[in-house]
This record gives sequence, structure tokens and C-alpha cells, in this order.
Amino acid sequence: MHTLTLAEISRALSAKEFSAEELTRALLDRIAQVDPELNSFITVTEAQAIEQAKAADQRRAQGETGALLGTPIAHKDLFCTQGIRTSCGSKMLDNFIAPYNATVVQKLADAGVVSLGKLNMDEFAMGSANESSHYGPVKNPWDTSRIPGGSSGGSAAAVAARLVPAATGTDTGGSIRQPAALTNLTGLKPTYGRVSRWGMIAYASSLDQGGMLARNAEDCALLLQAMAGFDPKDSTSVDQPVDDYLASLEKPLAGLRIGLPKEYFGEGLDSRIADLTLKAVDELKKLGATVKDISLPNMQHAIPAYYVIAPAEASSNLSRYDGVRFGYRCEDPKDLTDLYKRSRAEGFGDEVRRRIMVGTYALSAGYYDAYYLKAQRIRRLIKNDFVAAFNDVDVILGPTTPSVAWKLGEKNNDPVAEYLMDIYTITANLAGVPGLSMPAGFVDGLPVGVQLLAPYFQEGRLLNIAHQFQKATDWHTKAPTGFLK
Amino acid sequence: MQWETVIGLEIHAQLSTNSKIFSGSSTTFGAEPNTQASLIDLGMPGVLPVVNQEAVRMAVKFGLAIDAHIGQRNVFARKNYFYPDLPKGYQISQMELPIVGKGHLDITLDDGTVKRIGITRAHLEEDAGKSLHEDFQGMTGIDLNRAGTPLLEIVSEPDIRSAKEAVAYVKAIHALVRYLGICDGNMNEGSLRCDCNVSVRPKGQAEFGTRAEIKNVNSFRFIEKAINREVQRQIDLIEDGGKVIQETRLYDPNLDDTRAMRSKEEANDYRYFPDPDLLPVVIEDSFLEETRNLLPELPQQKRERFERDFGLSTYDATVLSSSREMADYFEQVQQVSGDAKLAANWVMGDLSSLLNKQDLDIADSPVSAEHLGGMILRIKDNTISGKIAKMVFEAMAAGEGSADEIIEKKGLKQVTDTGAIESMLDEVLAANAAQVEQYRASDEAKRGKMFGFFVGQAMKASKGKANPQQVNELLKKKLEG
Amino acid sequence: MALERSDVEKIAHLARLGLNDADIERTTGTLNDILGLIDRMQAVNTDNIEPLAHPLEAVQRLRPDEVTETNQRDAYQAIAPAVENGLFLVPKVIE
Repeated sequence: MHTLTLAEISRALSAKEFSAEELTRALLDRIAQVDPELNSFITVTEAQAIEQAKAADQRRAQGETGALLGTPIAHKDLFCTQGIRTSCGSKMLDNFIAPYNATVVQKLADAGVVSLGKLNMDEFAMGSANESSHYGPVKNPWDTSRIPGGSSGGSAAAVAARLVPAATGTDTGGSIRQPAALTNLTGLKPTYGRVSRWGMIAYASSLDQGGMLARNAEDCALLLQAMAGFDPKDSTSVDQPVDDYLASLEKPLAGLRIGLPKEYFGEGLDSRIADLTLKAVDELKKLGATVKDISLPNMQHAIPAYYVIAPAEASSNLSRYDGVRFGYRCEDPKDLTDLYKRSRAEGFGDEVRRRIMVGTYALSAGYYDAYYLKAQRIRRLIKNDFVAAFNDVDVILGPTTPSVAWKLGEKNNDPVAEYLMDIYTITANLAGVPGLSMPAGFVDGLPVGVQLLAPYFQEGRLLNIAHQFQKATDWHTKAPTGFLK
Repeated sequence: MQWETVIGLEIHAQLSTNSKIFSGSSTTFGAEPNTQASLIDLGMPGVLPVVNQEAVRMAVKFGLAIDAHIGQRNVFARKNYFYPDLPKGYQISQMELPIVGKGHLDITLDDGTVKRIGITRAHLEEDAGKSLHEDFQGMTGIDLNRAGTPLLEIVSEPDIRSAKEAVAYVKAIHALVRYLGICDGNMNEGSLRCDCNVSVRPKGQAEFGTRAEIKNVNSFRFIEKAINREVQRQIDLIEDGGKVIQETRLYDPNLDDTRAMRSKEEANDYRYFPDPDLLPVVIEDSFLEETRNLLPELPQQKRERFERDFGLSTYDATVLSSSREMADYFEQVQQVSGDAKLAANWVMGDLSSLLNKQDLDIADSPVSAEHLGGMILRIKDNTISGKIAKMVFEAMAAGEGSADEIIEKKGLKQVTDTGAIESMLDEVLAANAAQVEQYRASDEAKRGKMFGFFVGQAMKASKGKANPQQVNELLKKKLEG
Repeated sequence: MALERSDVEKIAHLARLGLNDADIERTTGTLNDILGLIDRMQAVNTDNIEPLAHPLEAVQRLRPDEVTETNQRDAYQAIAPAVENGLFLVPKVIE
């Protein structure tokens, strides 16, 4: 059962091949067996999962037929889940039992989705390797000496290892697409504002967007259908109708105009990844797409701009962790300042402290214009690049990452080197456009992803292209051999 | 040396919305601690703010009332600092693009002159919670019920030159926000709070001296005392060769003194930046027009109308328009009685001293406007004299009913029957025959003085009910006769 | 604009992060590396370019002024580090 996709499970459940409870128990057993090696879960919510599965079975017995009814997933541990620890991968929130549900969690629960637990992640979603988690690093199922990517590394590892067919994730600079690429999954970051941020613990508010990682585009479409939509509790969520993503999957690709930005194929890219990317382009051409060389001239400025805006917002977003109302509080504070300083120094890990420091500096008196405003101006230049590009092409295609998954510990002492790995993904967050990564082959036995970017609210187009590509290729069906049994 | 005081005020007015500015929690005052603190007010991980339309509407009302530029694109920004009553570690406020820009308000000084005070800006922000310093095992307790209550921070230009002007300005703002129905003005409950920026400079010097900010002065009386005390402190300091430093101070009414605040010692770097959880607030022209149509008559307009339509003096019109309740009361008395001057005299005279004595607001007046107007009618139609009216008024204040009921019950109706008055006067003169003799023998100057004696005796004999004018005339005739 | 140790101490204080001597030493180095990366921005010509705060440049929606919350104090304070009589407790605050 664990090798089935979400769509296959959905069909099997409605054909009564097995019950949601049977499936849930089987997956929980497998998690207990396999996950110690991967460390992809922070919390497994066994009792609640079985309860949800039973309820789903009952709803089905009463005639309900929702596509997601009784299907299992797991949540990245920054979506608040009522009554369940929501740690954000941090010691700071190790004791935080969320008193409410995130909108995404609630919507999926309402659709009858069974949540198996909470997935490991970089602390407060800050990282590209899932090594900054308080709960230890997550291993890549394709090679357990390597990182799975981050920050949604637990989501990626769990889905790749077939512990769960799909998982939620969040993407602030590539945190869904990069781990999806490094673990042979399909991952979608929707348009900023398409999925509610209510209950999704903030890293950088103007960049964060919830999405999902799954084994194929069809499963992503199923989940997005349930997750997307306007939320009056999120001022930045967009009040616009949700497309029929499943219906758009089958559209033929004839006439599709693909743009290949020259900046995505420059220095720093593993040439074997470049080759695989172009092979994917050839495949899409066979399906009727045309290709055009384009330019996103400001792409190179995205990393510096991102590493001002994201830490600046984070430094303020994370001020609420002060040891007063929830979360970690240091032992015996001698005064108020001591309470703040020790709770925060002890509760946050290295990378989080680092980004808080960078952000605090970037916003401080005398530097605001030179850093924050400058970065926001560059942000507009980057958005303008996309707007111009989408005048000529329907989607933009390039590699998701410049390299395959690196070894655990390899970049630990060099945060800048790790930041540079975000080069292809962060522009989408700065501009707010949707992006998808899909499997496109292997280098030295390690997965490679190709990224597609589309104009605002064209998630349907991205899923359509990925689905058609996946009907013509079988990269996405490959599983890490050690985790198939 | 001659010193000049320069004052600028920052007034925080709590807007009287039902719910908080960014959450659906109630804003009711006085609830059990933290029972009105929602996920958003507590700054829980993952929560997001959504702006309350009514708070925006109220701020726009204020802006229109002070003839200000309305920021039709205004932006919420985060002011970052750590304090236990500030749950998120930042306060959502407005910085570069406030909702209300430059405006002004006219105040009337004691000598009746009108002075225009510039208002730099007014912006929306959220209130903080409260720190309770009673001892909890040596700890401070935090109540976040107030956190997230909408505030309008109204910043004046440094146009104010004395503590008295400052009080007049705060009173004018107080009256205005209450007229507009955007703040209950209850200073005891902290609905309206004032920070005073005070500096002194030698008379004639153009540049400002270094200012100190006195935080949270919460009554008109304390504003005056705190400023006067601070001005004196600064002058003494400078005259002793010292220097005023820019700092935040607290006024202690018990000691009648100000002291530096310890928690504000270090210079803050608030790291303002636009709140990424919120989008720019755009005030459409239609919203502006709609709001303009909701504006009531404002104090200044009311004052001008009272002068113009009722012929009141500027002073009377100013006093009577100083609060919406006072103005409404006066207008009702005027309407019932049809006599603006008498209405003004009674409201500003006997009624005000009664309210003062009993420490009551006019809204809780024991004498209704209806009753007071009814009493004035009886003065005007000569049913009672002014003197009897005072008795009637007191009886009304004691809850004995309307003027007519009291006059009836106590038999206070004025005697105007000439025959009755004449026979009463004959009795009085007969009883005081010696004085009558003396009067008739006296010269004109002396007679004047003695006449009062007969009037007094006559009024006493009639228990005050005889029409005084008739008594005067008839008495004169009889004595001369 | 390389940061000195004293700058790092100041930033750490603003952010209320208690760093020990070794932390500060280490952090000064990494922060300077990161600022080196960030400072590449300064070469970009952004004259006449308006800052972009949100990708979609939408407008704030306003909610009706309605009380929608009820008292959940017990639930919310169940996860608080220190409470008494319904209050959150912190070390003594001196104004």
C-alpha cells in the first residue's frame, strides 16, 4: 500500500480495496520501522491519525466521496495543529502545543485527510539542508549520508521514502522546490497569497507560501484544490476564485511557449544537471512546446536582496519568542533582560540567531535605506524581469538547483555557500510567482529536478505541464531502492 | 532671565470600536485579566492581523474634523522593541505614511482669545497591555486585555506656550473626539492619555531648547501641574549651570514632581519597517465622502451658531459648546424655554455649580433640560420671580418634580393682583409707621437707602411671592403719597 | 562596512540575544561574510525604482467591527511558562 500515490489511494479507497484505517495503520507501522534511519518526523500522531481514519471511513460509509477522504499526508511542523506540538524545528517551541489549527490544516482535515504527524524541518524554515533542526538532521533516502534539502527536508524525505504519499511544505526561498528536486519529488510553491498563511508560523511574511511535495503533479493538484483559496484571516491572501486544477492536467501542450533564461545556465551549474534540464526541454518539445531563449537580467541580485528582506522580516517575526506567553523560558532569570537574552539565545539555534542578527542590523538606524529599501527596489527589478519575460513566453524553465544533494555537514561552516544554493529558486519568492520542481533524471544516482515558473495564479498551467511530462517520462516513478520494501 | 515654554503634545485616544484593531476581541474595559486576549492579541506563532474598518473610519472622521490631509494610501509599520506588555515584540503603528496628515485645531484661551494649534499628524496603532506591579512573588503580572485596542495618536506641533494652553488644547481634543463619537474620553480608564514634550528657551531665541517627554499624564489637572513642575525643573537646572537632557520622565502626582523613567534610559532603535503581514490601506474617495456625511456639527461650528443664532457672547458660546452633552442640554433648555440668554445663564450658573458640587457630569444631571426649560418659562410669564426660581431649582434638584408641580405644591405662584399687593403694603407701612415718618422727612439721598428696607419687609410679608416690580412701583407711590 | 565586535554586541542587545564571548567572536566573522554577500546589492542601479513590499501590490481588506472572540484564557495559558491569577508573570519590571 505504501507505494501508492495519493490519486491511486483515492481510487482504491473508493473501490473499497482497503479502508483508510487499514492504510493508516500500515503507514504508521512503516514509519515506526523506517523513520529512525531518516529522522523525517518530529512527532507521529498515531492516535489522532487512527481516529481521523476511522472518521473518514465512516463518512465514506455514509456516502461521501471526496477525492481526499481518508487519504494520508503529514504536515511540515510549522503548520499549527491544535492540541499537537508544533515545534518549527526549534527548541524554542519544543513545548508549544498549538492552541489552534492553521487554515491549511483545517481545510485538509475538513476534506477528510488523515494527518500522520509533523515533519522535521530547518529551524523556523531557515536553511537549505535540514541541518539546522533542533531535532537533528534529516537523511536523504537516496543516500543517507546526504542532505534531503531544506527547509521542508522532513516532508521530502518522508514522501521520497514512501512513508507517506504526500506532505505539506512551505517555501520562502525554495524550501519546497529544492528538497523536492533533491529527493525526486514534485513540489509546488503556489502564487504568494494563493494559500492562506494563517497558522503557518512565519519566517519571512512577504515571501512565505504554503504548498506541497508529492510523487507526481496529479497528487499536487489534488492537494492544491483543497488547500488553496481566500482566507479572511490572512490580509495577504487573495480573494480570487480557485481554478479546477485536476481539469487542467489533461490539456495538451501544443503551442506552449517555454522560456529558457540564459542566467539559469551560467557559472556554478553542474553541467550534467544542465544536460538533463535540456533533455527535459526536448521531451516537452516532443509534446508540442516551442522554446525561446530569454533573459532575467537581475537574477544575480536576488540572493543579496533576499538575504536582506528575509532576515529583516524574520528578525521582527521572531521577536514574539520571549519566554513570556509560550515556548522556551530560561531557568531562573535574574531580571527581565536576562529572561529575554537567555531564553532567546538558548531557545534559538545558530542559523536562526544569525539571521535575526543580520535582519536586526539591516533595519537599524542608519542602515535601513542602504539595506532594506535597496533590497526592496531590487525586488521590483526582479518582478519586472518576470513581467517582461511573460510577455513572450508562457512558462520559464531551468534547473531547480545548481548541484545534487550534498553531504551532511559539508557546508556547515559556510552559511554563504549554502545561501548561494538558493540561486534558482528565490526569484520566484521575491516576485511572488508560482514555481514547480519535477524530477528530470539522475546524476551519480542522485535525483535532479527541473523548475517551471509561471505568471501569477497559473498553478494549473504548471501542474498541466508537469503532468504531461510525467505521462511521457518515468523519472518520477523511481524510488530509492533501500526504502521500497 | 525671561524664559519661554515650548510644549508639544502627543495624545493617545482609544477609539471606541467594539472589537480590537487587528482582532475580533472585545475592547470592553475592566474585564478579568487576559480574558479578552485572543490568539492574535497574544502574538501566538502563526497568527495574522486584519484591520478593523471602524478604526479606519474613526481616524478619517478625526482627520476631516481638524481639516487635515487624509492619507488616502496609508501604511502600517512595525515599531520593534521588547517589553512584556508588547506581545509580538513590535507594535503595529504607522510611520512614514499616516492616515491623518497636517491639520489644526483652534482653542479658546481664558481671556477669550482664540489660538490655532497645528496638528502634525495622527496615526492608527495598537495599544499595549498592562504591567501590574503588585507583588506576585516578586514578579510583575501581565494583562493583555488592552493589547490591540485601537489608538489614534494625535501629535501636535510645538505651538503651545504654557501649561494652561496645553490644558485648553487637550480639552479641545477631548471635546472633539467625544463630539465625533470616536473616543469615550474617559481619562480615569486611560481612554485618553497624554505625553507632554516640554522645553524652555530664553525669550526671543529662535531655536528650541532640549525637550523632556513626560509620559502618560492622565488628567487635565495633572497635565497642568506636571508641565509647570517640569518647566520649573528645567529653568532651575539651566540657571544652576546644568543642561536639560532629552529623556522620558514620569510625573508623580503625590510628590508633584517628575522623575526619569528607568526603563527608557537606553536610546531605542525601533527599526520601523512596513508590516509585511498587512497591505497599504487605501481610502477611496467614496469612503471619504460617506464619512464626511457622518460628521456631526463640531464644537467650533456649534460655537459660531450659538453666537450667530442666539446672540450669545463668545465666552458663553465657547463654554456651552465645550462638550457635546453640555451643548445638547443647553439647546434643549433653549428650545423648551424659547429664551437662549436665560437658558445660558441657568446652565452656566446654577446648574454648573450644582453639578460641580455633586461632582456630576451634565449627562447625569439631577435636573433635566426639560424641567429647567419649563422653569424658565414660568420666570418669563411672571409666575415666579428669579428669587423664587432658585427655590424651585433646588427642589427640582432634590427630585421633587417639575417646576409647575413644585410651584403648585408649595404655593409659590407669584402674586400680581394689585389690590392684594396694595393691602399687603398698607399693613407693612402701618406696622412700620415710625420708619415711614422718618422716610418722608429725609432728603432724596437718604430715601434711596431706606426704600430697600420697605421692599425687604414687603417681600418678607409676601413670602417672596409678590411681584417685585409691582411692589416697587406701588410702594414708591404710597410712600411719596 | 565590516562589523566590529562592539557592533555585534549592540545588534545582539537590540535583538535580545545573549551571546557569550566565543559566540560574539564567531558571529562577527560570519556576519561579515554575509554582509559581504549582501553588499553586492550596492552595485545595482536602482534610481527611480520604487521599493516593492508585496509581490501583488494589493490593497488592505478591512474587516467589519465585530466581536468574534470568546474567552479562551485557560486554554491559552495552559502553555504559558508562568501564570498566576490569570496574569503572565515576568521578572519585576521597573518603570
